[in-house]
Amino acid sequence: MLDLIWLIPALPLLGFVLIFLFGRILGEPKAGILATLMVGGSFAVSVGVFFELLSKNTEERRHIFTAFSWVPIGSLKVDLAFLADPLSITMALFVTGIGSLIHLYAIGYMHGDPKFSKFFLYLNLFVFSMLMLVLGENLLVTFLGWEGVGTCSYFLISFWHTRESAATAGKKAFVTNRVGDWGVMMAMFLAFGATGTLSYGGINHAAESGALSAVTATAIALMLFIGACGKSAQLPLYIWLPDAMEGPTPVSALIHAATMVTAGVFLMTRVNPVLAVAYGWAPTIIAIVGVSTALFAATIAVTQTDIKKVLAYSTVSQLGFMFLAVGSGAYVAAIFHMVTHAFFKALLFLGSGSVIHGMHHEQDMRKMGALRILMPVTAMTFIIGWLAIAGVPPFAGFWSKDEILLFAFAKSPILYVVGMITALLTAYYMTRQVIMVFFGEARWNDHSEEHGAHGDFKPHESPKIMLAPLVVLAGLSVVGGVMQLPFSSKTHFLEKWLEPVIEFGEADIHKTWAYENKYLLLGVAVIVALTGIALSVLVYSKKKIAAIEPDIMAQGWFYDRAISNFMGGPGRKAFEGVAWADSTIVDGAVNGVGKVVQQSGGFLRKSQNGSVRSYAAAVGLGVVALLLWFFVRGVML
Amino acid sequence: MISIFASETGATLPFPILTALILVPLVGSLLTLASSQRRPEITKLIALLSSVLTGALGLWMLASFDTGEASYQFASKHQWISSWGIGWHVGVDGISLFLVVLTGILFPLVIVGCDPHHDEKRYLAWILLLEAGVMGSFLSLDLFLFFLFFEIVLVPMYFLIGGWGYDQRIYAATKFFLYTMVGSAFMLVGIVTTALLAKKDLGHISFDLVEIAQGANFAASTGRWLFFAFAIAFAVKVPLFPLHTWLPDAHTQAPTGGSVILAGVLLKLGTYGLLRFGVYLFPEAALWSREIFLTLAVIGIIWGAVAATMQKDLKRLVAYSSVAHLGFIVLGTFAFTSEAVGGGVMQMINHGVSTGALFLLVGMIYERRHTRLISELKGLQKVAPIFAAAFMVVMLSSIGVPGLNGFVGEFLILIGTFNTARWWVVVAATGVILAALYLLWAYQRVFHGEPDEANSSFQELRLREGLVLLPFIGLIIFCGVYPKPMLDRIEPSVKLILERVEEKTGYLAPAPVLLEEEHGQEEEG
Repeated sequence: MLDLIWLIPALPLLGFVLIFLFGRILGEPKAGILATLMVGGSFAVSVGVFFELLSKNTEERRHIFTAFSWVPIGSLKVDLAFLADPLSITMALFVTGIGSLIHLYAIGYMHGDPKFSKFFLYLNLFVFSMLMLVLGENLLVTFLGWEGVGTCSYFLISFWHTRESAATAGKKAFVTNRVGDWGVMMAMFLAFGATGTLSYGGINHAAESGALSAVTATAIALMLFIGACGKSAQLPLYIWLPDAMEGPTPVSALIHAATMVTAGVFLMTRVNPVLAVAYGWAPTIIAIVGVSTALFAATIAVTQTDIKKVLAYSTVSQLGFMFLAVGSGAYVAAIFHMVTHAFFKALLFLGSGSVIHGMHHEQDMRKMGALRILMPVTAMTFIIGWLAIAGVPPFAGFWSKDEILLFAFAKSPILYVVGMITALLTAYYMTRQVIMVFFGEARWNDHSEEHGAHGDFKPHESPKIMLAPLVVLAGLSVVGGVMQLPFSSKTHFLEKWLEPVIEFGEADIHKTWAYENKYLLLGVAVIVALTGIALSVLVYSKKKIAAIEPDIMAQGWFYDRAISNFMGGPGRKAFEGVAWADSTIVDGAVNGVGKVVQQSGGFLRKSQNGSVRSYAAAVGLGVVALLLWFFVRGVML
Repeated sequence: MISIFASETGATLPFPILTALILVPLVGSLLTLASSQRRPEITKLIALLSSVLTGALGLWMLASFDTGEASYQFASKHQWISSWGIGWHVGVDGISLFLVVLTGILFPLVIVGCDPHHDEKRYLAWILLLEAGVMGSFLSLDLFLFFLFFEIVLVPMYFLIGGWGYDQRIYAATKFFLYTMVGSAFMLVGIVTTALLAKKDLGHISFDLVEIAQGANFAASTGRWLFFAFAIAFAVKVPLFPLHTWLPDAHTQAPTGGSVILAGVLLKLGTYGLLRFGVYLFPEAALWSREIFLTLAVIGIIWGAVAATMQKDLKRLVAYSSVAHLGFIVLGTFAFTSEAVGGGVMQMINHGVSTGALFLLVGMIYERRHTRLISELKGLQKVAPIFAAAFMVVMLSSIGVPGLNGFVGEFLILIGTFNTARWWVVVAATGVILAALYLLWAYQRVFHGEPDEANSSFQELRLREGLVLLPFIGLIIFCGVYPKPMLDRIEPSVKLILERVEEKTGYLAPAPVLLEEEHGQEEEG
């Protein structure tokens, strides 16, 4: 069974090839069903591999399957190989599991789109790339997936490419990610130089055995983190993710919430021994960047009016929490939160897609309200997702966020406090969203004219094929926390499962004040979450307090605009300067030399009227004559 | 060490296949010229058949090539001007192998895929003469013979640009011709001096590359002068910054077929020459000057990419992207590690395939719209999705997305250079970001958006065009997914050159620290 691990990425690849060849013949909905089945098949294989690993002893839960030698030259030997271990299979399970749900949902969501089969073509290619990323045995296979998901993300963000904003957003995502990829490449070069290999086994072994110096380990870790900042939308490279909402909503759920954006967290966890032997300030930087991003994005989310933009900034913020965990040495908590976040954020995005679908492509929350009556299933599941992300026990998000904050406290109380403020804001803005969309007065009637519905416009509930995934994800968002409950070491299922991968890097907090008072912290977390919700209810439902939504926050602290202004202003000027210098100075010098020679020597005097032509002909004829002469001689000899 | 000079080993075939690779297109060229003006289809058939035959011979040679062998194979050597020690010495090794095969594949595709629109007979004759010249350049193991072919190449290219190019063709062709001629003048002096100086060590005069490499010992300063005489000619041909400005003009003004060949194989004469005649003949000088070349290469990568971003003409944009890509190859060549040099050799092929295909596609756009201006084009993906998809695959290869060929070469160059020239790589790798920027921005402006009136009737990819592009796309995917067969054949010859560098200079590039095999065994279980 373990040797069948290659089937996990191969099935979506097969789906891609089949839809590429027969997509137009298959059409709607067969292309979608085929794509869903392929991802479902991957999920089935992942489950099989999971149980096979589970049946082994802890230390034997590691298996490498080598498909073929990929790039062998000199001392570089890179195989196209897959690694089955607790971390990779955890990733594969939730990528294929949530992936197949979202595929199913998309069959309903993309109904009637003229490029229906092409959508599933890209979607299967994406799942294939994502699985290469998580299952790769070495950095290069992961990088193949890493760039692959980036490329698919580009295709899917600009899926409706006739829209200028969608095309621009896709390009922005790709180029920003490439900045991060530069870091990943540097990390690979450093790792190869220091260890002679790119395989995770080799690099991590070098770190664990002390062969990797702290300087090199720090450099590798920080370079990988630059890559992670790009892919996982952290400061200062987060700018592409909010714009990525131009893509169809299933894409936002799958790529820009549940799977691809967590790749950075996965990568840092994968090389946790390297991070462990790096200088202490390296993980601290990661924790600071993470918690700053979390807070920064949360303040923006508070003021957004586009239903998807709120969720986008929320995703950036939650990813910040995961990096806070990575920086605090809480790898189990990072993966835990990654999985629970995948459940509830995919749920929230799909829910928002259902709302957008029901509202005839309206995304402005100011034109919604009171939708719970017309869209009961969507509302119910969305509310579960809201409770999960807001940190209300016993929903999944509560447990995972709490675990991160526990480790953060052990690292530094400052990180904990900032994290708690962010948690408060999270509960606040998510409550705001739920109230604006599902409660209060119905504001969509006023705008029905805009939709061309002429008075008879009425939001409607989505078809069953879209609601079924919502229900499943809602169920997972309720019970997801059981993976890792804080009560005793017996309920730390995820920790025990991931132990062989993370034991070297995981921080030990058992002796800290935070750990000994963990129930107190648990209580604080509940109070903070409820406070956030209560505040939001007072502001947006009871209208007792005026909403604080300053423009500077709505505009994302002008960060994105500053960058675009720089790129469009001085950046562009500099580029134009180079192009000007090339044609005027570099080429000008060449033409200048030509002129000087022409005027002084007369060598080129006739070059304008065809003498070069005859010269060229003479050279040609002469050479041909020489060659002929040679052949005659050669034959005679 | 032994194998360095035991040159005529390896695979052989019952007839001189390499000589045939040069002669078939040459004879084809003459036959084309001699064919009747009134039967253009026969002319075309002759041209096509001789190029297809050449390509088939190239593939046959590839199939018979002895993979593990480092030195020249299928070699044949005949005296020519014996009083001057000039001979017909041809041979192929891992460095020239794929360049020869690519030449063989590229020309028939150009003949089928690009329409000259007028005076087809002379056009085809020039194309075939060009093929003979390129083949000869890659196969020659005699300095004088190499120079002859290197010069032959200029002539048909000059007439192709001047006769079948666009508005500014005379200016571009003249610039191309004079620029390259000036470079070649240096090389001619270098070649003659090399032979004369080598006489002291060899006891007789010889232009034979193998003999000179084997027997001659140049004083350090002499070697440097000679190296630079060669290097200038090749640097112009590559083209290396700041000698690159003939390229955008030549590319933009050349007919599509000319551009495809120029990007596909002609530029590689420069990088190939730097490796074969520069580094191999004068290792000490190459090592001594490596920082100059590394720096110019890195400047070229960034400069070319930045200049490409701001181009208004799609063809000119692709031309500037070539400056950047060729910079990577030069970077790898002067890294002196087998990963980087081997990656550079592979990148010569990759760039030929992907940029060749890009020029074909840009040519197809021009055939339809009679403009290459990016601002005149819009929304083509909506009206021609298959055409857009083909463009996308080729573009992603050029950007260097893993899984496609462009990535493997670039990655090997960078990872191999990192150990010997770390800070150059740190800068060079940003070229990868810029590549995404200029190509995606161009793609967005040309293919995305709602097509306006002029672009809404843009014709979808035709069957013939699709069939011409298919081999390119096949190679792009195959070499990206499974580069091993190629690397296996390139590596021994690259190692041979590096061994020679070590032998002559004592320089050995710092290898990565190889850890104990322990973890390797652990993974087996």
